[in-house]
Amino acid sequence: MSGRFEPLPGGGATVALDEVEISILRSLAVQLAELIGPGDQPAGAEDPLDALFAEGPSEAPSDPALARLFPDAYGAPDQELDADAEKEARAASAEFRRYTENDLRARKRDDALAMVRDLDSLAAGSTGSAAKDQAVLELAPQKSRQWLGALNDLRLAIGTRLEVTDDDDGGELLGLPDSDPRKPMVMAYFWLGGLQETLIETLMA
Amino acid sequence: MEVPEPDVPWVTVVHNDPVNLMSYVTYVFQSYFGYSKDKAHKLMLDVHHKGRAIVSSGSREEMERDVQAMHGYGLWATLTQER
Repeated sequence: MSGRFEPLPGGGATVALDEVEISILRSLAVQLAELIGPGDQPAGAEDPLDALFAEGPSEAPSDPALARLFPDAYGAPDQELDADAEKEARAASAEFRRYTENDLRARKRDDALAMVRDLDSLAAGSTGSAAKDQAVLELAPQKSRQWLGALNDLRLAIGTRLEVTDDDDGGELLGLPDSDPRKPMVMAYFWLGGLQETLIETLMA
Repeated sequence: MEVPEPDVPWVTVVHNDPVNLMSYVTYVFQSYFGYSKDKAHKLMLDVHHKGRAIVSSGSREEMERDVQAMHGYGLWATLTQER
């Protein structure tokens, strides 16, 4: 797996992906979209105005990966709060969540689904015989930013599942034996890191 | 950048986490706040080494906007009042 984005002349980014990579990335993006879920959006047939006025949740998600994607806006572990201040922070977090989380969920879900669609059109377009094992993905600048968000959300979700810590920078997790059930997810995690890192380089150039 | 008034001491704090890439955090500070590469890089290092950095200050409403944006980027951010 090469997994390196290169800048396109005039803006945007490109990467060559083989069939296995496309299928892994697609599967992860679908799982991310499913994890994020539709939020509380009413079904399409209903009045779209309902969605505008629908309140989001006030409690943090119980799933650790979701809780990392949608963190509390007030209060932090390194902050010493007395009982009153903590109660205040919890109430403020709940209110913030009610009017922001649905939007945030919808955006993150859109990013993941955009990635799925881009990969699908890539797979459909690469049926020619010569380059059967490699397809070249090209992202316009706006798409690059959308992919960057989705790649980061994917790594946050997987990193939370793997319980990555600061000491894991290529250390303990990379050294897992092949027999470890976490191994495939660890490989995907580091591969996504390489994709994200090189995509950032094309945006900072 | 607006000069924060002394009577609106709210700040946006970004916390360290083990997943976000250092280059990504720098990228976010540059592209969202419009900070120079040097300033964004220094703030990123503060987050990484000290565990947290104050990245903006202003009214409570402004800081809620910034925190919401940081969450959109996937950074772990909170707002607080500097007492």
